[in-house]
Amino acid sequence: MHLVQQILFIIMAAAAVYLFSRKVAEMRRNILLGRDEDLSDNSGQRWKNMALLALGQKKMFKKPFPAILHLFVYAGFIIINVEILEIFVDGVLGQHRIFAPFIGALYPFLIGFFEILAALVLIGCVIFFARRNITKVPRLNMKELSGWPREDANLILITEVVLMSLFLIMNTADQSLQALGAEHYIHTDPFWITRHFTGMFSGMSVGTLVAIERGCWWLHIIGVFAFLNYLPYSKHVHILLAFPNAYYSKLIPQGEMKNMPEIQKEVLYMMEPDKAPPASAEPAEHKNFGAKDVTDLSWKNLLDAYSCTECGRCTSVCPANITGKKLSPRKIMMDTRDRLEEVGKNINANKEFQPDGKQLINDYITIEEVRACTTCQACVEACPVMIDPLSIIMQLRRSLVMDDSNAPQEWNLMFGNIENNMAPWKFSPDDRDAWVNG
Amino acid sequence: MAEYAANGETPEILFWVGCAGSFDQRAQRITRAFTQILDKVGVKFAILGKEEMCTGDPARRAGNEFLFQMMAYNNINTLNTYGIKKVVTICPHCFNIFKNEYPALGGNYEVMHHTTFLQQLINDGKVTLKDGGAFKGKKITYHDSCYLGRGNGIYEAPREVLQAFDSELIEMKRCRSNGMCCGAGGAQMFKEEEPGSTRINFDRAEQALETGATIIAANCPFCTTMLTDGVKNKEKEDSVKVLDIAEMVAMSM
Repeated sequence: MHLVQQILFIIMAAAAVYLFSRKVAEMRRNILLGRDEDLSDNSGQRWKNMALLALGQKKMFKKPFPAILHLFVYAGFIIINVEILEIFVDGVLGQHRIFAPFIGALYPFLIGFFEILAALVLIGCVIFFARRNITKVPRLNMKELSGWPREDANLILITEVVLMSLFLIMNTADQSLQALGAEHYIHTDPFWITRHFTGMFSGMSVGTLVAIERGCWWLHIIGVFAFLNYLPYSKHVHILLAFPNAYYSKLIPQGEMKNMPEIQKEVLYMMEPDKAPPASAEPAEHKNFGAKDVTDLSWKNLLDAYSCTECGRCTSVCPANITGKKLSPRKIMMDTRDRLEEVGKNINANKEFQPDGKQLINDYITIEEVRACTTCQACVEACPVMIDPLSIIMQLRRSLVMDDSNAPQEWNLMFGNIENNMAPWKFSPDDRDAWVNG
Repeated sequence: MAEYAANGETPEILFWVGCAGSFDQRAQRITRAFTQILDKVGVKFAILGKEEMCTGDPARRAGNEFLFQMMAYNNINTLNTYGIKKVVTICPHCFNIFKNEYPALGGNYEVMHHTTFLQQLINDGKVTLKDGGAFKGKKITYHDSCYLGRGNGIYEAPREVLQAFDSELIEMKRCRSNGMCCGAGGAQMFKEEEPGSTRINFDRAEQALETGATIIAANCPFCTTMLTDGVKNKEKEDSVKVLDIAEMVAMSM
């Protein structure tokens, strides 16, 4: 019987790891569909950012209440994985609490600690669930979250509550079994939290208790494997991608826009034709200026999109969004991810991308959204994992103006004024110093 | 600047006036206030005058990189020809371009925003404010411009200048790195806002008025215009003034 369970466990674990790594490879491939951008510089600063922002959650603490709850869930998630290790080894070897004899008195201390974390995760998730569905925190209840994003968020919270409950019930049953001196159930000192709940199992037979304990053990680990495979399809993958995303985040001042050397060169050749290469020298491959679709964006923009957990801190500080404009930086990230996933599926089905008549601009993000941005960088500043929605907005604007000559009439006038009068308004350049006489 | 060059002299600073400071009537007052301070302190400064051109910021942020690159090419050429080393500007958008975006194109200058420059003049004792000056005891709130604040992390220098007035500085709920935009950035100044429930500058001006301050201090000619309009919208223009920090310093010397 044990052997059958061991074999089942090993098959399940192998399948879970295989499926997960296949999906991760697919995500990696999708991210690399973006344009090259060399971010290998300055590794010292980058490690520091990762430690402070991802591991240390520095920016989360701008909102202390959700930050503390998030810290519970996050710490619980990471640290309880040590217990998953024991569960995993037990599962493979057909043992029960295999670490207990080796670490003696430390064992109930550790499990007690995990139980406290599990309880904190549980409380955190229940409060998060209430914030989404009962008190309805505005940024967690915007239109762009209708449908799947909202279900996704609730599913994550419910799964975590269920997993933690299973873990705690399992430990409670285990202690009841220990008290009854059941076979295989190694004796430990009482665990900190579940020791107080053994009363709910009083009077149950060993058989029933074993069924409860084993049932919870299996459901818990099946849940963990399932959740692992759910991650890459969910916004929850931020728990992994927050780390690389913080590592590769922008190190230059937020106000700085990325230069376009190809246009810099073109202007130089126009101004100083002697510096231009001979016309035949490089039949330049035409790329879009800026971005129309996800493949025109940098790979970092695409990593940003996968890292977004749709918390909406960006949108809640966006001046355009606050004043009722259509722009929402969160939606920019969600649209980018949705489009990237669609392009990825297209590649899966056709080996290489077959034009589907769609692109990021217009089909996902409207021109009106892109035009509403004031480039104030509040969204960039607000993001706990250093996502840069502004970078995507600016690349979309570049393509609209330079590839499609699509600008509002007032902007065209402004461009004309700058070109002819060297100022965005229609004043004579000769009057530039007229203020002296005012 | 051409006169300095003709006489073989070099000014201490080049004052980059910017388009708003040159042409916009409201912003011209900021320009004149700043030059009054420079004159009083005896800072030798030059302007490019008719040779100054738009830095290209609104073109670049609207998406027109070609036009930006053309303006940058011309401005950098002019500045490099004169051998300019130090630039001071009253516009955070120009400041950001000089500090962050011209270096990649061959324009390397020491650049300061006028609020930082004024703070240094005050700290060095070169600017002395009148005892019991125009703003003593008054309630002032300060609006962080995006490109000085979040864009370049300058939050304290302007506040230090304001503290020198011996007035009461009241922060808005959204200030410093969480400061809210006036609505002009990203070339919005030059077009109608997209459809929405209200205007950004109306919202921001209301936040400023909620503090009960009688002076809204700004550091950017565009913010000054936007907030002034926002205050007018609430019909508070008689009791609440929007002033650039340079104007406030000039009035207190």
